[in-house]
Amino acid sequence: MLIFKAFFATLFYWLLFKSISEFKFMGQQTPLYEKHVVMGAKMVDFGGWDMPLRYGSQIEEHHQVRNDAGMFDVSHMSVVDFTGADTRAFLRRLFANNVDRLTTSGKALYTCMLKPDGTILDDLIVYYMDENWFRVVFNASTHDKDLAWVKEQAQPFNLEIIEPPNVAMIAVQGPTARAKVGAVFDEPIRSGIADLAPFTAAHFGDLFISRTGYTGEDGFEIILPANQVNDIWRSLYGEGVQPIGLGARDSLRLEAGMNLYGSDMDETTSPLESGLGWTVAWEPQERDFIGRTALERIRSEGVTHKLVGLILEGKGVLRNHQKVIVKGQDGGEITSGGFSPTLGKSIAFARVTKEISGTCKVEIRGQQIVATVVKLPFVRNGKSVQLKI
Amino acid sequence: MSNVPAELKYTKSHEWVSVDGDIATVGITDHAQDLLGDMVFIELPEVSTSFEKGDDCAVVESVKAASDVYSPLSGEVLEVNDTLAETPEAVNSDPYGSWLFKLKISDASQLDEMLDAASYSGVAADDSH
Repeated sequence: MLIFKAFFATLFYWLLFKSISEFKFMGQQTPLYEKHVVMGAKMVDFGGWDMPLRYGSQIEEHHQVRNDAGMFDVSHMSVVDFTGADTRAFLRRLFANNVDRLTTSGKALYTCMLKPDGTILDDLIVYYMDENWFRVVFNASTHDKDLAWVKEQAQPFNLEIIEPPNVAMIAVQGPTARAKVGAVFDEPIRSGIADLAPFTAAHFGDLFISRTGYTGEDGFEIILPANQVNDIWRSLYGEGVQPIGLGARDSLRLEAGMNLYGSDMDETTSPLESGLGWTVAWEPQERDFIGRTALERIRSEGVTHKLVGLILEGKGVLRNHQKVIVKGQDGGEITSGGFSPTLGKSIAFARVTKEISGTCKVEIRGQQIVATVVKLPFVRNGKSVQLKI
Repeated sequence: MSNVPAELKYTKSHEWVSVDGDIATVGITDHAQDLLGDMVFIELPEVSTSFEKGDDCAVVESVKAASDVYSPLSGEVLEVNDTLAETPEAVNSDPYGSWLFKLKISDASQLDEMLDAASYSGVAADDSH
């Protein structure tokens, strides 16, 4: 008997230890996790989440979105609702872009959230629904610091900050995405989203649908209850919408000239040297947003570096942190690099000395390879655009 | 489960070798191409270069990352597969048909230190977890 007791005690502690250690080392899972595994996805850690990198060929997934339609599980992103009387006043102070640009329900705005020194805490989209409800979608990897910062700044204001529990989020992107999403919903949602203008959202009960995305293609992002997301995912798949992993998500956004927080900007860079000057609302001058004073000083002193696009003309692949050489001198570095399936060449964003023009060289494994300097984006409406600087 | 042909020899760093007399044909395994993803660029050694076993001698770049290829044996490069410059994706679709380079083996005893298919399958399986 004693042996049995000892055996069960050992088994119990072993199971306990195993569950604790697995809990510690496993990333968070979205409600679609099982679907990704069943569909053969290679899973990777992204900001503490187990996310699909690719289901098959990453390049095929990229072309699927450029030519037809693909869907992304973006449930790891942070949805935060701001409600209450002071919401607009608070967000006017919190964000570098001005929420006063949002006057019609559903309208969205892209903005940075700055630290007092003018560097970037996060980039995000804020949706205006009504004077008592603004919805914000923050990045996944910055969730904890964002929420801590926002709650601290909100103390003098009369508002509530709520993370809606048990929500999932999917993005459906591509030239046929809107038609295919329409096909999986009944009225009145079907006509409701058919009329949705770009960069605008509408909500239908507990469904929140916006005409936004991170690929440069038309499409929707859908925030919905976690217990409905598997059905919608299956219906979209039935319409021929293919699942797309984070790998293609990255090459799509790179072609589309969209920054990635943590690579192209972070807490050491301001919007003015990150290609995001256009998102800073300087007027009206009396709007005292966090980071304004520092940013005005940076602007008047003048920035030394800016974000540009590079297209590699020689052999190789541009990768993050490779050195850029401008006229024989250290000219900066690549912030995001990779292979562009649409161009069939390697492309990158680089933070470089602002005098750059024409061509530069990039150091790849000790060799200097020529790259053409271009304005972002590389691809618009599915077609290559190469505006040389 | 990846494909591991019985007639080839392997390294722990995921190269395969096919031996014909004193000539070794070298490529990367099905498991390696599957881990790396779509190939977009392959840098091959110069013909006539000599390598020691374990030297980095080529680079395969996928959409994900650049990876060194290590010479599985000591020897001199006799020939490289130039067609991969135009079609690096052939390494994904046919990893054992898409050889990278051929070596003139300088020390045949090194072949005995290489993994057989069964041992390499174990390495690849451990690597997947």
